[in-house]
Amino acid sequence: MTISPGAQPPRSTDSLEYTVSTTTSRRRRGVRAAVAAALATALVAVTAACGVTRGDDSADIDMWIPNSPGGGYDQTGRAAVGVLDRDDITGGDIQVTNILGAGGSVAMSRLMGEEGNERLMMTLGLGVVGSTYSFGVDARPHDATPLAQLIEEQEGVLVPADSPFETIDDLVAAWKKDPGSVVVGGGSSPGGPDHLFPMQLAKATGVDPKDVRYVSYDGGGPLTSALLGHKIQVGFSGLAEFEGQIAAGELRVLAVSGEERVAGDVLADVPTLTESGIDLVFTNWRGVVAPPGISDEARDRLIDDLTRMHDSPEWEQALADNGWTDAFTTGDDFEQFLREQDERVSTTLKELNLL
Amino acid sequence: MENLGLLWDGLGAALTPMNLLYAAVGVLLGTFVGVLPGIGPAMAIALLLPVTFGLEPTQAFIMFAGLYYGGMYGGSTTSILLNTPGESASVMTALEGNRMARAGRGAQALATAAVGSFVAGTIGTLLVAMFAPALADVAVEIGAPSYFALMVLALVMTATVLGASPLRGLLSLFVGLTIGLVGLDLNTGQPRLTFGVTQLVDRLDIVVVAVGIFALGEALWVAAHLRRKPARVVPVGQPWLGREDLRRSWRPWLRGTAFGFPFGALPAGGAELPTFLSYVTERRLAKRSATKGRGTEDEDEFGRGAIEGVAGPEAANNASAAGMLVPMLALGLPVTATASVMLSALQGYGIQPGPQLMTEHADMVWTLLASLLVGNLLLLVLNLPLAPLWARLLRIPRPQLYAGILFFACLGAYATNLDPFDIALLLVFGLLGMAMRRFGLPVLPLILGVILGPLMETKLREALTISGGDPAILWSEPLAVAIYAVLLLVLVTRPLLSRWRSRTESRIVAEAETEAVTEGSAR
Repeated sequence: MTISPGAQPPRSTDSLEYTVSTTTSRRRRGVRAAVAAALATALVAVTAACGVTRGDDSADIDMWIPNSPGGGYDQTGRAAVGVLDRDDITGGDIQVTNILGAGGSVAMSRLMGEEGNERLMMTLGLGVVGSTYSFGVDARPHDATPLAQLIEEQEGVLVPADSPFETIDDLVAAWKKDPGSVVVGGGSSPGGPDHLFPMQLAKATGVDPKDVRYVSYDGGGPLTSALLGHKIQVGFSGLAEFEGQIAAGELRVLAVSGEERVAGDVLADVPTLTESGIDLVFTNWRGVVAPPGISDEARDRLIDDLTRMHDSPEWEQALADNGWTDAFTTGDDFEQFLREQDERVSTTLKELNLL
Repeated sequence: MENLGLLWDGLGAALTPMNLLYAAVGVLLGTFVGVLPGIGPAMAIALLLPVTFGLEPTQAFIMFAGLYYGGMYGGSTTSILLNTPGESASVMTALEGNRMARAGRGAQALATAAVGSFVAGTIGTLLVAMFAPALADVAVEIGAPSYFALMVLALVMTATVLGASPLRGLLSLFVGLTIGLVGLDLNTGQPRLTFGVTQLVDRLDIVVVAVGIFALGEALWVAAHLRRKPARVVPVGQPWLGREDLRRSWRPWLRGTAFGFPFGALPAGGAELPTFLSYVTERRLAKRSATKGRGTEDEDEFGRGAIEGVAGPEAANNASAAGMLVPMLALGLPVTATASVMLSALQGYGIQPGPQLMTEHADMVWTLLASLLVGNLLLLVLNLPLAPLWARLLRIPRPQLYAGILFFACLGAYATNLDPFDIALLLVFGLLGMAMRRFGLPVLPLILGVILGPLMETKLREALTISGGDPAILWSEPLAVAIYAVLLLVLVTRPLLSRWRSRTESRIVAEAETEAVTEGSAR
């Protein structure tokens, strides 16, 4: 939530405050006072909930999150802001705003419209890149100001415990025999990481991605229950949300998608795709960008802030708690990375005739 | 009952003065958040997360629990008083609740909502405590075909609420279904009815549609008649729940709980369908007892503010909120935004959500369940005395009252996304709502179309993607088959039954026949 005086963007908050204060100034009759009081309480509650209580706001920053509370970007963005805040790295308040819509492309196109705003950052990742394509929004992430890539998350190939597929080879064999006989699912809509991964895997193993029967679920929860209830045979998803199920032995992981195996006792035994002889490395990643057209000075300051955040022990703890892999690159390297990712997403979607 | 013993221990842990304080803070904040448009419980918990990192996990969760139930309850207040539902779960409450409020029975509506929420929340929490693991195993077996069958059932039941003119009712329903089509096609990514507007690709938010049509449409309609019609002052009713109200409320509370809890426990259940089913059931039952001439004071009040229409859906709403804890605690599944925020909070404490949660962190789970019970009680204690105070809000003169409603509605639409486009959208639906009032189109079928359309489509296409286009999958699950069988039975027997009845009981012919012909659905 975002209504809080003193934070960016000023326009919206000012107009809100104005509305409320005019209502208050007109209190003549008791009944009106009741309304005013209700509205004032509302405002107080909102501001209190946002935790904004300070005067000087010259160093305040906004962090936009392109999806809803509890989602992946939200967790990464809020974790980063938490560390920035606790160590007072930016020297001001950081306000988190969730901007929902069209898989992140609404936030992306609004970020492009904030040209030159030096007190704004946005979390983004592979899913946002995909959604700009599938929702037809012409906003390329590398055209914003790339600040830093923060984390990487491997995708995994999940099956229920009693699945006939014992290894990734079993799945590939069944796929090659009859792609339509294997129903797969993922927690993202077409264009998202969980959709791109099986498609690229199919292509890498010589199966036409167009023949893959993919069911999209609304996030990890519904995907897990579809797997547990044997509605689908194979699930593709980031593994952080599934560690509990895997540790309990209800789901098995056939392979992980990264360059190296995942650390930690639950997943250390799971081979990578490359180990299994499949030439594919696929990771979901998240990072931070700023609006286009900001000064080099502002860009360097933000990158510096993020670097200090990355070097803190609190961030290390946040990575461990959430099962994220550290993947920190900044500035031009990150921009180069964004270009490659953009290219890769658009190629995959074109092959599927989704573009 | 081993579980009850554990729950008792949990209560012991929850009932320390500090924990009670956290529960009270959570409940209060939750109620505020629920009353405010545009901030849901998920958002509120996300905002509180940084604050709670300093607390013990147990205390943090006690606060979250209070916030969650408080938010679910608070949403009904604006629904009833201002006709502006803050979330999809309280859309049904607005229908009769606001009518009651304008008839001077706002306090009763709020009170029956409060007690109903308490009853449903308590029963729901107890059910979670006793059966969560067993229920969770059953729930994952329910797949898209069963959901689809449930939607078909709901759609057939909308026949009950088409209103006096079936043609107008159907017209309104199809407008609603069309609104439900707006957005990106889920499988192909093809934009539908978006007219190139990016904000429309995500499908329209049911809350924006409902608030636009209910609150804004109403405000515009009143404004258009302000000078022509004399001001009708809201009568002052008695401030508490009378014996008669209680007599009419307790069954809907229980029925609502029975609808809400199982839906909440389903991985993709939600609160929309159970609140709707509860509303329709209460309406049918009221009509039936009215036509049978039994219990004359039970005249069918629906459309004019029937307390059953508030008691049922509100109970269903809170019972489904409790049911949501089943997949969350037993499987570690985040099935709603609120649950996923709470689970990510768990991870912040280094606790891995998953099937082991109830065994490895049993203390915390039982304390959480116990604090839900405590929070629920606090909520009742807090809100029951407040109900008459809230209800007086409606005695504000009409121009100021509607100005306040407009402000609240716009704030809510704007606050979720900080996008002025949403206010424009709200206005469009306001104008639509006004036009519907002008031409005598019932608004309820439209809202149902908006709710049911996308749900039905999603589930149908999910099922058909899994089967590769083979429709046989639609009756591949036992629950789906059972629902279709009941539906068929009712559709076939009902006309026969009513014909037989009309022969024997000539006294009620006139009313029963028109009813029976226009509606064919479960009783």
